[in-house]
Amino acid sequence: MVSRRSIVGAVVAGLIATAIGIALSYAIHWFPVQASTQAHNTDAFYHVLVIASVPIFVLVVTVILYSVWKFRMKPGQELQDGPPIHGNTRLEVLWTAIPAALLLGLVSYSFVVLHENEKKPAGAEMIVNVTGQQFAWSYEYPRSVTGGAPLKTTKLYVPDNESVHFEIKSLDVIHAFWIPAFRLQIDAVPGITTSYRATPDRLGSYPVVCNLLCGVGHGLMRSTIHVVTPTAFQLWLKAQTSAPSSGA
Amino acid sequence: MAAKLRAPGLYRAFFAFLLGIAFAAGLTWLVRMATGHATYHHFFSEEPIMAVSLISAPIFFLVGLGGFDYWIYWASGRPTRPEDHSSHGAYSWKDYFRINTDHKVIGIQYTVTAFFFLFVGGLMAMLMRIQLAQPGAEFVSANTYNGLFSVHASLLIFLFVIPVFAGLANYVLPLMIGAPDMAFPRLNALSYWLLPLAGLMMLLSFAAPGGAFADGWTAYAPLSIDAPIGQDFFSVGVQLAGASSIMTALNFLVTIITMRAPGMSFFRMPLLVWANFATSLLVVIATPFIAASQFFVLLDRGLGFNFFDAGKGGDVLMYQHVFWFYSHPAVYIMMLPGFGIISEIIAVKARKPIFGYRMMAFSLLAIVGLGFTVWAHHMFTSGMAAWIRIPMAITTCIIAVPTGIKIFSWLATLWRGILHLDTPMLFSLGFLATFTLGGISGVMLAMVVFDIHVSASYFIVAHIHYVLFGGSLMTIFAGVYYWFPKMTGRMYDERLGKWHFWSTFIFFNLTFGPMHVLGLQGMPRRVPTYSAKFADLNLLISIASFGLGLTTLIFLYNMVTSWRGGPRATSNPWRGMTIEWQVSSPPPIFNFDRIPTVVGGPYEYGVPGAVHGTFAPAPVPATVGGAAGGSGIVHRHTE
Repeated sequence: MVSRRSIVGAVVAGLIATAIGIALSYAIHWFPVQASTQAHNTDAFYHVLVIASVPIFVLVVTVILYSVWKFRMKPGQELQDGPPIHGNTRLEVLWTAIPAALLLGLVSYSFVVLHENEKKPAGAEMIVNVTGQQFAWSYEYPRSVTGGAPLKTTKLYVPDNESVHFEIKSLDVIHAFWIPAFRLQIDAVPGITTSYRATPDRLGSYPVVCNLLCGVGHGLMRSTIHVVTPTAFQLWLKAQTSAPSSGA
Repeated sequence: MAAKLRAPGLYRAFFAFLLGIAFAAGLTWLVRMATGHATYHHFFSEEPIMAVSLISAPIFFLVGLGGFDYWIYWASGRPTRPEDHSSHGAYSWKDYFRINTDHKVIGIQYTVTAFFFLFVGGLMAMLMRIQLAQPGAEFVSANTYNGLFSVHASLLIFLFVIPVFAGLANYVLPLMIGAPDMAFPRLNALSYWLLPLAGLMMLLSFAAPGGAFADGWTAYAPLSIDAPIGQDFFSVGVQLAGASSIMTALNFLVTIITMRAPGMSFFRMPLLVWANFATSLLVVIATPFIAASQFFVLLDRGLGFNFFDAGKGGDVLMYQHVFWFYSHPAVYIMMLPGFGIISEIIAVKARKPIFGYRMMAFSLLAIVGLGFTVWAHHMFTSGMAAWIRIPMAITTCIIAVPTGIKIFSWLATLWRGILHLDTPMLFSLGFLATFTLGGISGVMLAMVVFDIHVSASYFIVAHIHYVLFGGSLMTIFAGVYYWFPKMTGRMYDERLGKWHFWSTFIFFNLTFGPMHVLGLQGMPRRVPTYSAKFADLNLLISIASFGLGLTTLIFLYNMVTSWRGGPRATSNPWRGMTIEWQVSSPPPIFNFDRIPTVVGGPYEYGVPGAVHGTFAPAPVPATVGGAAGGSGIVHRHTE
């Protein structure tokens, strides 16, 4: 039967499991490296989600395991029934209101982070045009970046610490322009231009992945984004414009 | 032979099937002739014949089978036989292979057909996991791989999860509400026979020139518009499965509303009945939208309507809106009947009334309403107008509340009960754990800023399998074990059942758990190869998935041997109160010698002397009580 001691034991076990779950969530390497300010925000938000989720999952599993342990049928009970409890209005109101409040709180917080990730930066912003086609990405640096003729290329270089506005088109079917290290993606849709902005904040080379089925070559439609120092970026740009054959 | 070709049945059906193809050839020939020499070099062309055949041959087949005989008799002014029960009930195994109007026969037809497609679809998953065991493998070509996951998903959604629930409910629901059959038995038979046609069509697409449809079960335009002819096998197959689904839903609605036994008010209905009532509302309202989306695709492909050609005024995103306006409610169509099954099992196996019965019913209706307000959460990264993301994220969070209510109510039902931990109960408890995880990852995906990273990645593959395998399939297994004695009159092997549960539970989590991490790490879905850094986890997943595949063989063996030679089942092995347990196992061909009277709630366990339904002589007209074959009798009772 339900004893006070066993309930306390279950609560303690649940708390320990929650603590372990949250600790584990920090120990696991969920994400690839963070290479943009947006990635820092998104990952921090993800950890909030996990911290909110672990206790709910632990609660459900603890009640199941406790019930299996304490209330399983014992010899002699084959023909017995449990107590005819039909409900408890106060409890039902609680487990409607608390999850609703928690969920609305989380989704509101997600909008704050979303706004932070998408807002226009105070400083300068660079535009890069992205084009998806079966089965490759190509890029175009407009006049505002090159200072001369637009640069068409299959290589994607961006300077560190400057906001980049990717403007994305498709020539054939839908693709998705995903940079996992930035935690950002959007579809490349025929007929419209879609966009997102990212502020790279870590030097290095990161995968660019097509993340929407676009045909037989979908699995190999990958590219690389290189985050370099502003000086290196200018040098690269200069080298590309002076030797157009190396571009697309 | 000639007699067999005249009588309704499979012989006539196959003959009519060939006629259907000939009709398609003739029609396309006529149209091409009429359109003129200037346009066409050849008046016979394979592709149009094939495309028209896809529509005409199944209809001819159903006419040949006898699916429309009664209505043809009626329409042509020939005498109909309203009290003719010649096609009702199964007396030999052959009766399962013809038009049969008995809801119990149809229920078994549905369930067995659906499980056939589960095994086929599961086998395709095994082939995919062989391909994905290591990066860069060449076990199948990229095109075949794309076909495999597309057909896998289509079969398991349209030919397994949706119809298997319809099958179980077909068998159980009329018995539960004390009805002699469904409201429209002939329509019921027709809606079953559309299914094998839809399934075979999707399977046969592998034989089509250019291979199977290969752009996912979502078939996003414009990729699907220029795809080879295999795409038509999907577009038409979905129409057949969808029509079947709508007919069954109408049938359930009318049956539930008009054919409840005297005394069974709405709030005395078992929750399985409530669940199918809610599901049927969803099906009737939502399914026409996927039909529309696939008609758009057919017209674009066959006749150049340019609905989705951006260069010619088409709108690419419109496809996704129409598609998801069905396909989001569809995930509830694939879950609510499972909620009903779990409610039945947990009440009976915990020997307690369902905690908060009315809230359980209301939360189903809340899900029906809210289910239509969240579709664009599948499109957060689609490039649609950015503001739509905000209301859709909020509604997506709100719809988790009624689902949470159900989970908490089941937990409270367990509390202080007397738990019988046999196979149906183990699957129910396993469902509670895995479905909670699927629900949590679902709420995470509602958070736009997080969804922008993982949308369409392996995180989605993990989430969808936690809700459809860890959710729906767990409830289906639970339900099949629970009603197996009622449906077959035999008991299944409990030891094998437990083995099946534990092996499924472990391998399921090993297979789909790591996919969350793969998605977060940046692995896209629907790819036949991947970056080398994902190799270790993929190998683990492949090995676990083979284990998961093998576990279904335990289930298959248990079902087949128990059905053939298991111990005889009593009428009520679980001591359930609902009406289906008050008749023999299997039930009499016309269900009830006397229509039951309902005098109390369905889950009054532990209430001394409580009765739900009784066959004691009740104050109803004698014509009702004595009607052994009263399929035409509609008895309406209001309280």
